[in-house]
Amino acid sequence: MEITLYHYLTVGAILFSLGLYAMISRKNAIMILMGIELILNACNLNFIAFSKYGGLGVDGQLISIFVILLAVAEAAIALAIVLNIYNNFNTANIDEVDSMKD
Amino acid sequence: MPELTTILFYIFAFITVGFAIIVVSTKNVMYSAVSLFMSLFGIAALFLLLRADFLALTQVMVYIGGILVLLIFGIMLTTKITDAEIKTNNLSYIPAAFFTTGIFVILIFVLYTTKWNQKTPIQNEETISQIGKALLSSYVLPFEIASIVLLVALVGAIMFSRKK
Amino acid sequence: MEFALKFLPLAILIIPLVSFLIIIFFGKRLPRQGDWLGTGFLFLNLFLSLYVFIAFMSLGNYSITYDWFSLGANETKFTVGFVVDQLSAVMLIVVNLISALVHLFSVKYMEGDSKYSKYFAYLGLFTFSMLGIVITNNLLLMYVFWELVGLSSYLLIGFWYEKKPPQEAAKKAFIVNRIGDFGFLIGIMIVFYFIGNFAFSEIFSGISSGKIPSGWLTAAGILLFCGAIGKSAQFPLHTWLPDAMEGPTPVSALIHAATMVAAGVYLTARIFIMLSADALTFVAFIGAITAFIAATIALTQNDIKKILAYSTVSQLGYMIMAIGVGAYSYGVFHLVTHAFFKACMFLGAGSVIYGMHHIQNISEMGGLRKKMPITFVTFLISTLAISGIPFTSGFLSKDSILASTMAFGSINGGITIIIPIIAFLVAGMTAFYMFRLVIKTFLGEPRNKEKYDHCHESPLQMTLPLMILSGLSIFFFYSFNPFGAEGGWFINVLKSPESLLVGTKGAIYHIVSREEFHEALHHAHYPAMILSLVLAGLGILISFVFYFWNKVDTEKLKKALNPLYKFSLNKWYFDELYHYTAVSFVMGLSALASLFDKYVIDGIVNGAAYLTVKLSDFGGLFDKYVVDGLVNFTGGTVWVFGMILRKFQTGRVQTYIGFLVFSIVLLYFIFRWI
Repeated sequence: MEITLYHYLTVGAILFSLGLYAMISRKNAIMILMGIELILNACNLNFIAFSKYGGLGVDGQLISIFVILLAVAEAAIALAIVLNIYNNFNTANIDEVDSMKD
Repeated sequence: MPELTTILFYIFAFITVGFAIIVVSTKNVMYSAVSLFMSLFGIAALFLLLRADFLALTQVMVYIGGILVLLIFGIMLTTKITDAEIKTNNLSYIPAAFFTTGIFVILIFVLYTTKWNQKTPIQNEETISQIGKALLSSYVLPFEIASIVLLVALVGAIMFSRKK
Repeated sequence: MEFALKFLPLAILIIPLVSFLIIIFFGKRLPRQGDWLGTGFLFLNLFLSLYVFIAFMSLGNYSITYDWFSLGANETKFTVGFVVDQLSAVMLIVVNLISALVHLFSVKYMEGDSKYSKYFAYLGLFTFSMLGIVITNNLLLMYVFWELVGLSSYLLIGFWYEKKPPQEAAKKAFIVNRIGDFGFLIGIMIVFYFIGNFAFSEIFSGISSGKIPSGWLTAAGILLFCGAIGKSAQFPLHTWLPDAMEGPTPVSALIHAATMVAAGVYLTARIFIMLSADALTFVAFIGAITAFIAATIALTQNDIKKILAYSTVSQLGYMIMAIGVGAYSYGVFHLVTHAFFKACMFLGAGSVIYGMHHIQNISEMGGLRKKMPITFVTFLISTLAISGIPFTSGFLSKDSILASTMAFGSINGGITIIIPIIAFLVAGMTAFYMFRLVIKTFLGEPRNKEKYDHCHESPLQMTLPLMILSGLSIFFFYSFNPFGAEGGWFINVLKSPESLLVGTKGAIYHIVSREEFHEALHHAHYPAMILSLVLAGLGILISFVFYFWNKVDTEKLKKALNPLYKFSLNKWYFDELYHYTAVSFVMGLSALASLFDKYVIDGIVNGAAYLTVKLSDFGGLFDKYVVDGLVNFTGGTVWVFGMILRKFQTGRVQTYIGFLVFSIVLLYFIFRWI
């Protein structure tokens, strides 16, 4: 059976859903970050699939490069924030960080 | 007898998705990180199958060499290894599972009902030089902005994690 | 021979970089902390550059360009490359020779310093960047190296950063240089806008085909020269150089006397042929003003290094002025001779400071001639050179510059006469203050007996560079005729290129051809020589009368000329001027903003608050009885809704993510079915 665009898009959709699940269901901030990474990878996979099958060409790959770049920046900043939260609240679980609620 | 690429696709797709499932389901954050490592490797292999050799290399170097190491550092710095096991509780995972499944079904529905603008696959011979040329010609402005973003992220990360 | 021009310039450029990298990373682990490595590499470099010079003499100009990258949709090409011509071949030797001798000198001078290996690493970095400026054939690359020398100068001025003054001086040098470099950058942009290329050859051929309109050309010339104003410490940015003397003395000799500050002169010489008449006038007047101001300040200073620093500024002004009046060869010639004798003086000062155990005030010295004979003799030779006494190199170059200014004045007339007048005045003043320094330091009776007794001559590693450098201040290295550089081999090598704009007229000045200039120069030669000798002799004589024979009570003179004396001693109050204008302008602006905040904005806010209070007092009564009922009803309703909506604001990020994704899906379907 020939591999088509739909196969890749399906894998992307599965990864996206799993990432979303990790973001919603886990309370450790680092797990949420991993969920974000999965989602970004899913979208990268879609871009590159389109670059081959959708006639996007090298442009799709360039967009993926910029996505990876933003992921790097995001990971660095987010981890710095997580470390800060940990230093201030002594926990990395974000459901315990709710001092603005009341 | 299916083609070799087909078999390879299924193998790598299985690795990617399988380890991604472990990432979200295991209670131990460390196991999650290691499974994410495998899953990202699978994606890199899928990139290779899609003839994006430069992207595959970047994926390995940036995600696995950079971000994942950073994540593992984060885990070790924010978890008290001495007194508690590196575990994390799930937060209302049954509603979350229902919600995500719903989103997944919608996604698949959208995927298979949209008429994608499909072309015959382009056989990229060598992407690195094409990417390099594009980066310094039509993509030069995003490229420069990206460098500023990275610089700002660098400075910001240092500022955040600095002890007052 | 071809090989020498093709690969050796690159090798010469790379060797100091290699030395820098090795010493900065492994310096602590090498025997003797790697000083032999840096010094040895530099001497190797010196021989290579001599070989390049010989090859250049027999083969002529050589230039090579490589593609670097291209940018933008229309593929603008960027190139890198180097050029060996009369200017860079000579400069290669000057930079390498002085750098090598300073390395040798530093081995003893810096002995026992806690950052010994770092010092040699920085010297390597500096030499690399300076050589880069010298051999590049490209304006952009020159800017890159230009900033690199700025960086290494910053590192070396602030080398003893544990103390406060070096920190301040390093910061000042860097920031003041930035002001000049900003103009340089804008000049590069203007040139690039019109030409579309950075290579000098392309720029010059573009200009000769008229690609830059004349107004823009003048602007570009002046802005590019701004870089030189900063780096060569010209008026009005000259204040950083005397402060830079906080660095180690060999560094002052290398960077702040011989090479880096000459980079500005080098740049001006490089772009000489594209400077329009007005730009050249600007250059000449800046040079003359600088020479005059610095010379008057040097008359009264008492710190041995400060005097040398102001004399450097003054001589740099001379070179800039020479190029400005069109005497390209003599400006560069003076650069070379000045580099040698000024480096000799600075190293001599270093030797004195070393011998006197870190005394820098000349009124505490005196009589050192007997204790430090070698230092004295070498210092005296270079002082004779800078004063322009015959049989020295300084006489040749300085006399030619003076003659050029006279020729310039006779060609143009009018206000340009000021330039030769200033030049001759400065020549007299230079002789006076340099001999004041020599007499107070080396002659007479020791004024600080205790320090004098412990004083000793420096070891061979320090005196050898002094001897070599003072030897190079003798005339026959440059011309066999001791009374004229014209016709000597050196001036023949440094043949002036013809300006691209010959015949154009500026406001008060027009560019003449080489032949016409030489004609006028020929007439000016003998009057200039006699006048300069008379003035120099007079300066020396006054100096001896004042300080050696003590015929005139200098204290009384100080009293009589008190305002002038104070003015000179305080460096024309430039630092204060900048402090009270530029620095306090910024400070004042922020103070004003704060006052505005405090009185106007706060006033408005307070007034509004007062008004509101009064109004609400009145409204309060109305409120209490009429509105409250209504309000309570509304409030109750809002409270009920709030309690319901509060459930959504869980404070958990996950819930928000859920809402977000849900809304996106919702939006998708809305747009799909509309």
